[in-house]
Amino acid sequence: MDLSLRWLADYVDTGVTPKQFCDAMTMSGSKVECYNTEADYITNCVVGKILKIEKHPDADKLQICQIDIGKEEPIQIVTAATNVYEGMMVPAALDNSTLANGIKIKKGKLRGVVSNGMMCSVSELGVTVHDFPYAIEDGIMDIKEDCKPGDDIREALGLNDTTVEFEITSNRPDCLSVLGLAREAAATFGKELHLPEVKIENETGDINELLSVEVKNPTLCRRYVARMIKNIKIAPSPRWMRERLRASGVRPINNLVDITNYVMLEYGQPMHAFDYKYLKGNKIVVRNAEEGESIMTLDGVDRKLSPEMLCICDAEKPSCVAGVMGGEYSGIQDDTNMVVFESASFLGSSVRTTAKKLGMRTESSGRFEKNLDSRMCMPAIERACQLVEMLGAGEVIGGYIDIDNEGDEPYTIEFCPDWINRFLGIELSADKMVGILEKIGYKVEGNTITVPSFRVGDTRHKADIAEEIARFYGYDVIPNTAVKGASQGALTLRQQFEKKLSRLLMANGCYEVQTYSFISPKYYDKIALPEDSGLRRSVVITNPLGEDTSVMRTTCVPSMLEVIARNYNNRNVAGRFFELGTIYLPKESAEILPEERGVAVVGSYGDKEDFFAMKGIILEALDKLGVYGVEFTANKENPTFHCGRCADISIGGKNIGVIGEIAPAVLENYGIGTRAYVATLDIAYIFDARIVEKKFKPTPKFPASTRDLAIICDDELPAAALEKAIRAGAGKLLEKVELFDVYKGASIAEGKKSVAYTMTLRAADHTLTVEECDRAVNKVLKELANIGAELRS
Amino acid sequence: MKEQLEQIRLEAKKALELCEDPKALEDLRIRYLGKKGELTAILKQMGKLSAEERPVIGQLANQVRAEIENDITEAAEHIHQHLLEKKLASETIDVTLPGTSCPTGKEHPLNIVLNEVEDIFLGMGFSIAEGPEVETDYYNFEALNLPKDHPARDTQDTFYITENVLLRTQTSPVQVRVMEKQKPPIRIIAPGRVYRSDAVDATHSPLFHQIEGLVVDKGITMADLKGTLEIFIKRLYGEDSVVRFRPHHFPFTEPSAEMDIQCFNCHGEGCPMCKNEGWIEILGCGMVHPKVLSNCNIDPEEYSGFAFGIGLERIVMRRFAINDLRLLYENDLRFLDQF
Repeated sequence: MDLSLRWLADYVDTGVTPKQFCDAMTMSGSKVECYNTEADYITNCVVGKILKIEKHPDADKLQICQIDIGKEEPIQIVTAATNVYEGMMVPAALDNSTLANGIKIKKGKLRGVVSNGMMCSVSELGVTVHDFPYAIEDGIMDIKEDCKPGDDIREALGLNDTTVEFEITSNRPDCLSVLGLAREAAATFGKELHLPEVKIENETGDINELLSVEVKNPTLCRRYVARMIKNIKIAPSPRWMRERLRASGVRPINNLVDITNYVMLEYGQPMHAFDYKYLKGNKIVVRNAEEGESIMTLDGVDRKLSPEMLCICDAEKPSCVAGVMGGEYSGIQDDTNMVVFESASFLGSSVRTTAKKLGMRTESSGRFEKNLDSRMCMPAIERACQLVEMLGAGEVIGGYIDIDNEGDEPYTIEFCPDWINRFLGIELSADKMVGILEKIGYKVEGNTITVPSFRVGDTRHKADIAEEIARFYGYDVIPNTAVKGASQGALTLRQQFEKKLSRLLMANGCYEVQTYSFISPKYYDKIALPEDSGLRRSVVITNPLGEDTSVMRTTCVPSMLEVIARNYNNRNVAGRFFELGTIYLPKESAEILPEERGVAVVGSYGDKEDFFAMKGIILEALDKLGVYGVEFTANKENPTFHCGRCADISIGGKNIGVIGEIAPAVLENYGIGTRAYVATLDIAYIFDARIVEKKFKPTPKFPASTRDLAIICDDELPAAALEKAIRAGAGKLLEKVELFDVYKGASIAEGKKSVAYTMTLRAADHTLTVEECDRAVNKVLKELANIGAELRS
Repeated sequence: MKEQLEQIRLEAKKALELCEDPKALEDLRIRYLGKKGELTAILKQMGKLSAEERPVIGQLANQVRAEIENDITEAAEHIHQHLLEKKLASETIDVTLPGTSCPTGKEHPLNIVLNEVEDIFLGMGFSIAEGPEVETDYYNFEALNLPKDHPARDTQDTFYITENVLLRTQTSPVQVRVMEKQKPPIRIIAPGRVYRSDAVDATHSPLFHQIEGLVVDKGITMADLKGTLEIFIKRLYGEDSVVRFRPHHFPFTEPSAEMDIQCFNCHGEGCPMCKNEGWIEILGCGMVHPKVLSNCNIDPEEYSGFAFGIGLERIVMRRFAINDLRLLYENDLRFLDQF
């Protein structure tokens, strides 16, 4: 909402600077975005009167003008314009002046003759012929204003308003008007509000003999008021009206159109003017569109209507989409002689859906969709008629038609000053509260507050009254206090666990990333997810921005591969990343909320990375989180991963994640030209598997014995099986077993490998004897023999 | 013999003085003091001496031996010291060469700031609540006093799954879920992802983060709201931060406010950073609307509360002077490594 301060001054004299005005209005609830001084780009430009015109001695197309600029001596300006004449009043830009679009004027010589400035056209002043209808497009502006030579051009032409741009919230359609903001300003600055006095001097005839109005849908049309004007004389509006429209960002057109716009800006009530001769059957019917009906709107587009849309029709066809836009022939034409003014109130939600469906949000629909006050219909239309008289735009026909489906029943709220004080944490007397409320249109009688009609939509509860009090008491004056009473704030165990997991992954060199939760369904192909995988069923967004973000991910792997791909392509040579992300697993029906599961995904690439580095990261994190007994089982069937370098991660038989080198085909899909590694862990599963309770064990008092074993076995046999056998064989004496070498090649038979372990054996209560150690080793060898492994000779 | 002993003493002293390595020292020790050494050889000839000479020469011999032993010890010490110096000198390094380390990763900038915010509120007795991102229309809108035809819904362009299921546009539905489950007193913040159908550019993303806050108890006032948020801002941005609350409108709070912080750059004078306003909008807040309380079966006559919502990206970008929102979701290491 752009407010002209000149217009505002008609109703309230705030007596403050624009900056003070903006600051105070913002703090009382009408947020100011900024303010602009009109035509502040014009400097050193005055009204001049052409005294004498002579031909340029050396140029046919130039003329030399002597111009009175209110100084003792006239100045000389050379011009190429052809519309100049002696006695003409012109805008004269003097030496060192500035004009619209950054034009700078300096004195100089034109074909040898001194020129001390420039005479200007309207466009050089940054305005149009709509703002000055008597002016011409090309040529010097011929000023027809009450002014004298030497007057500042901005003053003379009224190009000196200040416009304040407000951000009005959706609950305050009353403030989308000069009067609404004037009311707020009067309350903010403690000044008196002068409302316009509306009076129509002359009314002739009777509207009821010329027109009938029928409202068929009283739910969607809450009120419809009509008045009529005859003997229309279309002409430009007077300067004061054009100035106010221009400052409000509305282009002046002609007196009748300008009046409807003026009233909309002043009262906040959109108006429409129908050309009476196009109203078939002299009738206005407010009804829903019929199946198959269409309308050619003012903008020349043929629009199909649907039955939920409300239309203003004549006896035959729609001539207006209610509250949105008029039809082609409904508006004012040059030959219009009689008009019907419409001032109506439509149900906001209906206007909103209609405008949305037709894809045309207009100034009018933007207002109506906020549910305008139906009590404003009558004052607004009266004001329009008054302006018609004032401007001599026509004659007002007597009487009006008013179909009011809402009535005048006031809305009341109980006045509870004590509650309001307690609620806001202030101490304000009831009298002062009443004072505030009355200034903004409320009436308070005893314990009852009557809400003004223009606030009924927004003020329903005593908390709403508290807000009004707070706004004018001053949000900044309300004290700042701390919440009373102790309260325990703590992270849940799961939250602590996740934070620790993050720290551990970071400690292992992983950088945290944040990726989108929605992906393209094509990404499932990109990671070669099997056609029959359940993970291909995702939560689908019906109105996505694009395919790339159209389904909620069921796996974090594509997101991680994108991060790796981006970094690889940005020539970062290596990287380790992790995300604690969410996957969204749909239920049987889309109406049931999906399961949202937390997943840790880790990714890496670069020279020093391999499967075991990734495995080390995972195991280190799990171990420090108290998650033990983690098993890795080779999985050759997961097509996202290298078939020989992928494992399912499990605890006690429960699958908790996957780890592996990304399959070459998948790397290619992502344009990653190097090996990459990814692991995922289901956070809920590892959280559940963690061991919380830890008990102290005394540090050993007796020395340990170590035995190294080099074992030969089939290459296929996983080290996990060897280790399991060693643990089984050595039993309780085994403190730890560590692999220190795997060897294939010379001196080892084809298809075999040598695996070397160090066993650490220890007893808690004595130093182990050699015999004890040998016995343990023999048992180990027996276990190993069972799985086809033997000591390397 | 006496002369011989003196000769040995002199020679040994000289030799030891010149000796520079342990091996040569050992050789000298053997040469003079060993079983087959020169001193022993002379002592073996003692039998040939007269009874008068024997004690004199014996004493002299012992004296020479003690002296040589002493000299050897000294030489050994000297050699040890010398060798150590030589070793240390040879081990001199260029201390300006780069260090080696076991590199650690870093938190994402969004979480750096989120963790700070969480710590501040944990310290004020808040807990951290969570809620689903795929949400029902009821929790996201209706229970928050935004019925189906509410115009404010238009400003939150929503991604829909079905007519009644959507991606939450705000973290406020967590308020409702918490109030349904937990009786007052309630003090929570609820950080999380929210979704709006905004095309990606330098300041918009279809996915971003909010931090919701909710306090409900008997006697909670708007003054409490102001006090709590002021403490939060002072802890986040420093004690000298200046904030202001100005009226605003949200359907689920009444009264509603937006909190601005005075521009760090111009201290309220107005500059390009704050679009000449002197203030920068930080968060929206207000007293929980009585309808929202009763929607959650909390009696608004008995309880009151306040709520607030902070846009995480906004404060993160401001904190690190990040000029493009997209960088946060691109995850380039050269970006991530800066924080």
